[in-house]
Amino acid sequence: MTEPTMLNRESALFSNPPGAPKSPRGGLRNLSPWASYGLRRAGGVLLSVILLVVVTFFMVPLIPGDPAVAVAGADATTEQIEAIRESLGLNQPLHLQFIQYVGNLFTGNLGESFAYSTSVSSIIATKLPFTAELALLGIIVTLLLSIPAGMVVGILTRGGRRKWLDVSFGMLTGFFQAVPQYVIATMLVVVFAIVLKVLPAAGAATLTSLILPVVGLSIAPICSIARVVRRETSTVLEQDYLRTARGWRLPPLRLYARHALPNLMTTTLTLAGLILAGMLGGAIIIENVFNWPGLGKEIVTAIINKDYPVIQGIILVLGFLAIILNLLVDVILGIIDPRTLGGGKSDG
Amino acid sequence: MAEKTRTKRHFRWTTGLIIGIALMTVMILIGLLAPLFLTEAAEKLTANASQGPSSAHWLGTDDFGRDVLARSLVATRLTLVMTAATTVISVVGGVLIGTFIWLAPAKIRNAVLRVIDAAVAYPSLIFALLIAAILGQGAWSAVLAIAIASIPAFARLTANMAASISQRNYVSTARLLGVPGPRIITRHLLPNMAEPLLVLTATVFATTLIELSSLSFIGLGVQNPEYDFGRLLNEALVNIYSQPLQAVMPSIMITIAGLSAMLIGDGLAAATDPRGGRKFGSVKAASELPASMRADREALVEVDNLTVLTPNGVPLVKGVSLSIHAGEVVGLVGESGSGKSLTAMSIAGLLPEELTVRAHSMRLGELDLLKRNDPRTLATSIGLVYQDPGTSFNPALRIGSQLTEVSRIHLKQSGKTAFNRMVKALADIRITQPELRMKQHPHELSGGMLQRAMIASTLVTDPRLIIADEPTTALDVTVQADVLRQFRTINREMGTAMLFISHDIGVVQALCDKVIVMNGGKILERLTGAQLAAGDVKHPYTKALLAATPSIAERKTELVAVRAEDFTFDEISDDAPGPVQPETERLQP
Repeated sequence: MTEPTMLNRESALFSNPPGAPKSPRGGLRNLSPWASYGLRRAGGVLLSVILLVVVTFFMVPLIPGDPAVAVAGADATTEQIEAIRESLGLNQPLHLQFIQYVGNLFTGNLGESFAYSTSVSSIIATKLPFTAELALLGIIVTLLLSIPAGMVVGILTRGGRRKWLDVSFGMLTGFFQAVPQYVIATMLVVVFAIVLKVLPAAGAATLTSLILPVVGLSIAPICSIARVVRRETSTVLEQDYLRTARGWRLPPLRLYARHALPNLMTTTLTLAGLILAGMLGGAIIIENVFNWPGLGKEIVTAIINKDYPVIQGIILVLGFLAIILNLLVDVILGIIDPRTLGGGKSDG
Repeated sequence: MAEKTRTKRHFRWTTGLIIGIALMTVMILIGLLAPLFLTEAAEKLTANASQGPSSAHWLGTDDFGRDVLARSLVATRLTLVMTAATTVISVVGGVLIGTFIWLAPAKIRNAVLRVIDAAVAYPSLIFALLIAAILGQGAWSAVLAIAIASIPAFARLTANMAASISQRNYVSTARLLGVPGPRIITRHLLPNMAEPLLVLTATVFATTLIELSSLSFIGLGVQNPEYDFGRLLNEALVNIYSQPLQAVMPSIMITIAGLSAMLIGDGLAAATDPRGGRKFGSVKAASELPASMRADREALVEVDNLTVLTPNGVPLVKGVSLSIHAGEVVGLVGESGSGKSLTAMSIAGLLPEELTVRAHSMRLGELDLLKRNDPRTLATSIGLVYQDPGTSFNPALRIGSQLTEVSRIHLKQSGKTAFNRMVKALADIRITQPELRMKQHPHELSGGMLQRAMIASTLVTDPRLIIADEPTTALDVTVQADVLRQFRTINREMGTAMLFISHDIGVVQALCDKVIVMNGGKILERLTGAQLAAGDVKHPYTKALLAATPSIAERKTELVAVRAEDFTFDEISDDAPGPVQPETERLQP
């Protein structure tokens, strides 16, 4: 466990191959770095949104067998099935269905829930604040704890010092990465709600009921990001420019905060963006453990009820949030490390 | 990176890897054996519902009187089988996509990569939920959902690896020779990716295990009457107040399974990492080394019997003594690994911390360099110029803030004063648009400009000594001349003493009053600039160095063949570790 490896999906975007489609097209060269960066990013965002819309649209047509029968259930009458077929628009040809779906999205019409007979947008409007509260708090806690922790360990273990700290940090973070969030959450409930009886086990009634869900949601991402930061810190500390800064005999705080931190933020944030977006997925699990009345709890119920408009709506919203998070990270990256604006340029 | 992984090395069995494999073996054995012996206890409904722990039921029973421990053990088989199936599907799918797009035309490849990138940005669990919604609930639709959701990330990583390999010569040669695509994949791409793919597969196993059981846990995966770890925990959560123990065993099992897969992944990665196994030694210590005959009390810089040791005690610099007088330029010449940079960095106090420095004495003026000194004194007394201006500047900070760092921190100048002084210093060395340069980032300037700016910045503190470690090596020949001229001007006009390190004896000769030739961590010969210019050298190694320099060879210096027996090195044992040498000791072109 000496050199923690993060070869899971987070590292997918980490190293772009030399031939990857990253370099800007010729026409963008004349623009200012931020403008061409913005254009390229806008292209990426557009593609993500299109992908999201297409994938959610095809959910219903792809249902094996007759979607209307699947929704209505085995003992439904022919009229009921026909009514559902009508409301899902399944009588129309596929391309007309798609045009209508996209048109509805533009007007903010996400359809009607089968189970509740209310509009999907109003369901999302009541559930989203709970998920947003959880995810936002989790992200803040994660960033505030993981980056300093990873950096301190990276500095203390630089050049192979303090082997014990390196090993125990690797084991501790590796352990919490390997334990599924819902196991951690369940154990939190057992310890704090049942044995110690200090915190509520479920619901969103009081402010204290936020503590366990946020902790359960953040532990794994904290460990993942802290590991990345630690590894990046030890890489950056060996760079030539840090030797230059040491040659200037700067005070340690200035050396690490000003000369090391910005350089390790590039990779860290690239990975953190994905890890943080992944917390939206984690929130679904956590909401189910703590009976948290958010989108995650709702989508699971909707999947069991085959309430397709609600599923589509929630996946759209969560997908949009993931896109916005990634975009936010990209903008911060551009501010911290202007080389990322250059696109094709690698950090040689 | 890719080249490194191809070097030969031993497979290192780390503790983590051994523990991981041992735990996984136990899990597999449980998966094989538990369903044979415990199925009845695990699945037969009895009247003893919701009991606490007893000798018959160590962890109690569930709502239907089934043994909790037995259920947890029997569930291992379904969990492992599902995870293995998911891993196989996503690895095969990912590798196929990742490698085949490298055979596709560039346009298709870029389009597919863009789509994959867009897909990777979404949390895979959200994707998995979507697929689960399409396929309905059940063990095998969960397997498909997680597998399909994991394919984009795996395809991306494979594509990254395939990209770096497909740019190697033998692949492009094979392509030119018309070797068919699938054959390139099986003959060249896959064998070269085998190691990282193995590591990735272990990691994917760990993550799919977690994600699969997450789906079961929220009720969308395995359905009654089947059960995996996730399903068991789902059932346990309902009874968590009455039967908290019911949640414990599945939690432990899933933790062990996930942890062992993670340990195997980490262990494999560490085992195949050529940088692993680095040691850390003691920090510097002055010692009772005898004074050498060459000690020179008059000099500005005096280094007496300097030894640098690796953590294993292998000497890299073996008793080097040198002195630099005020206003003198001393050149230190030798090939890569001769110890010249280590000597210079010992004087600067900037050696990697795992190296041990010993000397009878090492001082700059009255400053004892073997002791810990005041940072301000050190920063203002010694100016440093490094080999590669492209890497010795911080890429994230503006030029101006870096060049004025010492003035602002150690001379306590205001930001504005320091900025203006630096602008003037840059203008003095004829750098165009100095104010603009100060606001730019290093990647926007040429190497020669950066190096000259670095040299100019060392002067603002009026240092007593400038140490320049191969300052021209990374530069174009035309720029080299500029930089050398700058050093000469500084020395003439300001009288600053310099220690100038180079592997190029021609460069040294043009600049230095004294030249010291090093090899194998020892000094072979000391010359004056005049002696060198006249070709008046004795040591065969120096002769060889001179002969290798075209400009001097033209002066009819006879070509000298170097033979090993002409001069003797102290033996450096084979286990002298390469990596501990600083970056500046890289092989020169």
